[in-house]
Amino acid sequence: MEQYSSKVMEHFAQPHNVGEIPDADGVGTVGNPVCGDVMRLYIKVANNIITEAKFKTFGCGAAIATSSMVTDMVKGKSIDEALKISNAAVAEALGGLPKVKMHCSVLAEEALKSALDDYYKKKGIPSPVKIPAEAGHEHNME
Amino acid sequence: MRKVYLDHAATTPVHPKVLEAMLPYFIVKFGNPSNLHDIGREAKNAVEEARTKTAALIGAKPEEIFFTSSGAEANNLAIKGLLQANGQKGNHIVVSQIEHFSVLYPVKAMEKSGYKVTYIDTDKTGLVNPDNIARAITKETVLVSIMHANNEIGTIEPIEQISKITREKGVLFHTDAVASTGWIPVDVQALGVDALSLSGHQFYGPKGAAALYLRKGVRIKPQIEGGIQEEGRRAGTEDVPAIVGLGKAAELATVDIPRRMTYVSVLRDRLQKGLVDKIENIVINGHPTRRLPHNLNVSMRYVEGESMLLFLNMQGIAVSSGSACTSRALKSSHVLVCIGTDAAIANGTLLLSLGMGNTREDIDYVIETLPPIVQRLREMSPLYEDMIKKAKA
Repeated sequence: MEQYSSKVMEHFAQPHNVGEIPDADGVGTVGNPVCGDVMRLYIKVANNIITEAKFKTFGCGAAIATSSMVTDMVKGKSIDEALKISNAAVAEALGGLPKVKMHCSVLAEEALKSALDDYYKKKGIPSPVKIPAEAGHEHNME
Repeated sequence: MRKVYLDHAATTPVHPKVLEAMLPYFIVKFGNPSNLHDIGREAKNAVEEARTKTAALIGAKPEEIFFTSSGAEANNLAIKGLLQANGQKGNHIVVSQIEHFSVLYPVKAMEKSGYKVTYIDTDKTGLVNPDNIARAITKETVLVSIMHANNEIGTIEPIEQISKITREKGVLFHTDAVASTGWIPVDVQALGVDALSLSGHQFYGPKGAAALYLRKGVRIKPQIEGGIQEEGRRAGTEDVPAIVGLGKAAELATVDIPRRMTYVSVLRDRLQKGLVDKIENIVINGHPTRRLPHNLNVSMRYVEGESMLLFLNMQGIAVSSGSACTSRALKSSHVLVCIGTDAAIANGTLLLSLGMGNTREDIDYVIETLPPIVQRLREMSPLYEDMIKKAKA
């Protein structure tokens, strides 16, 4: 396997925003323990701005680093801006990911979209969120 | 920081005496063993001496040893070569589901070219039942290949019992002894096999030299052609220094195996007990007693293997993980799948393999270091969070 970038190792060794938000406005859980990674992302929203983001992740170094990075990236962003965060942007912010680990960045994007989707549902607003389907494997929780 | 290497199943360091034996063959005694002049003959003699030592390690005759570049090459040669040279007997192969990929992939290639394959499963400890082999053998069976010991979970297979069956039925029997050679006694007469693969870098030899044992009279088709080396079974100028190193490693192992078995199994048992005592929801994989003395394969629930590996590495500890996330297909180890390890826990697997350089202090350092890493990762794990919430509810 290709080696991890120093940025990935930094976020893996000291991940930012680990934890739960008990009164979260949106929670998204994606992934599957069988495939080796599960991400849960919590967000707090005030006036359409994401004020707080936390995560819990079961997964490899890249899964933890992408979770840390995506929670960093969404904080302070509007919902619309957050919806535009792509997996490629997360990977790029980490100085790139080994090819076999790109699915972790997809999972991070999915986790964010899933949390945003949950936010809309809790508000009773029709959700505009399209959750990308990751090629090749199912992400239904068992 | 303390450095602890617990990945001897991946490779071992070269023993200083092995290196010492190899060194003259790079610059001074650099000849090509195929040449008749003195410098060539000197190299030829060194290769033959290594052949005698390698044969002695496994109770074979020197002329039954064929050097290859790796254990994978020896396994490829055995599977493809034995089938191609003995195809008139039939078109059926019997292998276990937990073979190394360097056996399974050539078997799959032969399956594509028309051979029929029976993949034998194991019990929960990784043991193959010899009765299942007896049942699988048909009139068409040419070859049975069952590994001596599994490289991941360390389970030692009942090779002697299986060879009774293959001999009775007149079927060729190959065993992949790459994981076991140098760590437990490997004797081709006692095992009763027709072919056996071993690899030097698994037991303090250099990378680049391995061997296939072929019982006298067993026919094989070479997979590398175009040279007279290795009696025509394997063309290519010999890697003389590496072969000399393999010979020296074999010589050392021949007398050292009883001491090695005791030394590493005492440390392994200490490590196993230390981890089981300190970590909840931990499972030891493999057979409780029929296991390689230096092998410890453990699965821990709610945490993922690669994360543990990376944190251990930051603390100076080198191990392997059996995690799906590292594999291209995102699949768990085929060995853990076969023994029925729950897929959710299989991803939290570490392979800790010991060696003669490990000390009690090293082991105690790992017992101190791993539990807090597991705890930290569990606190970060949504699966652990769910379990705690469920337990409270």
